Amino acid sequence: MIEGAIWRKWVFFYVPMALFLLFLLFPFYWMVITSVRPDGELYRPWNSINYNPFWTWKPTLDHVRYLFEETLFASWLWNTTFIALASTAISLVCGVFAGYALSRLNFPFAGSLGTGIFITYLVPQTLLFIPLAEIIRNYRLGDTPWSLILTYPTFLIPFCTWLMMGYFKAVPKELEECARIDGASRWQAMLYIVIPVAIPGILSAGIFAFTLSWNEFIYALVFLSSPEQKTVPVGVTSELIRGDVFFWGPLMAGALLGSIPVAIAYSLFVEHYVAGLTGSVKG
Amino acid sequence: MGQVVLKGINKFYESVHAVKDVNLQIRDKEFVVFVGPSGCGKTTTLRMIAGLEAISSGDISIDGNVINALAPMDRDIAMVFQNYALYPHMSVYDNMAFGLKMRKFEKPEIDKRVREAADILGIGELLKRKPRQLSGGQRQRVALGRAIVRHPRVFLFDEPLSNLDAKLRVQMRVELKKLHLRLGTTAIYVTHDQVEAMTLGDRVVVMKDGVVQQVGEPLELYNQPANKFVAGFIGSPAMNFATVTVTEANGSLIAENSGLRIKLPDETAQRLRGHVGREVTLGVRPEDLTVADTADLDHPCFDAVIEVVEQLGSEILLDMKVGEGVMVASIEPTARVKVRDKLRVAMRPSRLHVFDAKTEAAI
Repeated sequence: MIEGAIWRKWVFFYVPMALFLLFLLFPFYWMVITSVRPDGELYRPWNSINYNPFWTWKPTLDHVRYLFEETLFASWLWNTTFIALASTAISLVCGVFAGYALSRLNFPFAGSLGTGIFITYLVPQTLLFIPLAEIIRNYRLGDTPWSLILTYPTFLIPFCTWLMMGYFKAVPKELEECARIDGASRWQAMLYIVIPVAIPGILSAGIFAFTLSWNEFIYALVFLSSPEQKTVPVGVTSELIRGDVFFWGPLMAGALLGSIPVAIAYSLFVEHYVAGLTGSVKG
Repeated sequence: MGQVVLKGINKFYESVHAVKDVNLQIRDKEFVVFVGPSGCGKTTTLRMIAGLEAISSGDISIDGNVINALAPMDRDIAMVFQNYALYPHMSVYDNMAFGLKMRKFEKPEIDKRVREAADILGIGELLKRKPRQLSGGQRQRVALGRAIVRHPRVFLFDEPLSNLDAKLRVQMRVELKKLHLRLGTTAIYVTHDQVEAMTLGDRVVVMKDGVVQQVGEPLELYNQPANKFVAGFIGSPAMNFATVTVTEANGSLIAENSGLRIKLPDETAQRLRGHVGREVTLGVRPEDLTVADTADLDHPCFDAVIEVVEQLGSEILLDMKVGEGVMVASIEPTARVKVRDKLRVAMRPSRLHVFDAKTEAAI
């Protein structure tokens, strides 16, 4: 904490903190307020009388209703959930095993293999979608959820592997050695000892993977074309921006509803997730 | 039964030769301690016995069966680690039961053995707790409990007491000894602490740079060290050394250097007949030095100046300047001495050690 006079606390702690919070939360506030304002207020010019962009006295759920009745938002929500969960599950399983192998098994080139995996994560998606599109087309996966479930792991697996490698390295190797002397095979030692101890790490890798695939845009935009197959980020932007007309109310309502599941996922696991990031394994 | 035989054991880490040709027979029910400075290969040797480290060459056998290729789980051993290695997500009970569950023991048998071990170690009330809710000493007990429930042929201990504070360490040391007497299981114990080695071991193996320096009972190491390293490593405070040249005068042998000139007692002189004119290292333990009085006139004596007086209550340690070198003497607590006093110090003649100045082997 800041020591000394009260004004120092205000100048160096409370005021900067408040400014930071304001900066951080304002977009969310804007999203919420826009999604409940009637159209009449939304499209009023800035110089009209009673112009008040930060508040509304006539909140409405019209935009949400529009979203569910006039667009395929419910399908988009379902598609996104399914795709995010499936690709997260695949990536977690692969990432946990790969991370374990790279950090615990001594085999030739383990180090360079780990670095190699990390480098694949650095290849930008904006480049990778071009060859991937070719593959998706050849396997006739275009416009199906599988086109995303199978391509998201291309960046999720390296990410999970890297995170899990770090976490497994923090688990004392004596735990595993002790289990192996106690009568566990390498596989059992991993299953009963190392993985349970690494659960905070697995949870944080899972949450990150889920968020990354939930918010993913480029692949979803390229590989999906029919409206009923789309995910929330793509559906909202492609169906609610028509030409140069922005349907701000439904757009913001869609963005708001789309970010709620992620927020819930974070808040449910926040404790484990923080523990996972700080790698706290206490014997 | 638990007879362990190491035959020509070597360990290479790429170009490093970490353990060099170790040969050792550990008898059933014996408590053997490996001791040496860090990096001497003692832990590597233990880990090779445990099966956690591959053997580069040589054979390890337990009760006559070579176990080189067996997985750790098939060697019928139990190990206690320095950092306890308790499974953090399991209760004390589950920690202790894990090994038995893995070996498919019946539930009632597991329960019986865990409670029995918990009773022996006095941790009956802690069975439901998680490791993080335990103190260091309690964790140590759980780690021991986890080893003893298995009734293995051999216990392996890898510096199990070094994470405890000094007082608890002494207490646990005594308990370990009692436990061994009670269970009678062969134990191999690794430590860098020579006091632990001396107090716990039926036999002690002193290692340095991957080579076994001497194997023997604690007092044997103390009284007849095989070389200068063992002499300096065993015993606290450490043995005093002085490099001297052996000369002959009037039929008796004299050892001298710039600040020291002593007439060697007969038995030492006999051993040094062949070394006249050469350099040897003289070794004498602090407790074998006394402040000379008239009774000691025929003992080898030398002059010293006190630099530091350490009052330990039960004894006084004197750090003295002797010629160019320093020596430590442990003397009676009643002695009246102070810094800068000049003393005449006597050596107990039968307790003089001599080592070859080059090979450092005892003469």
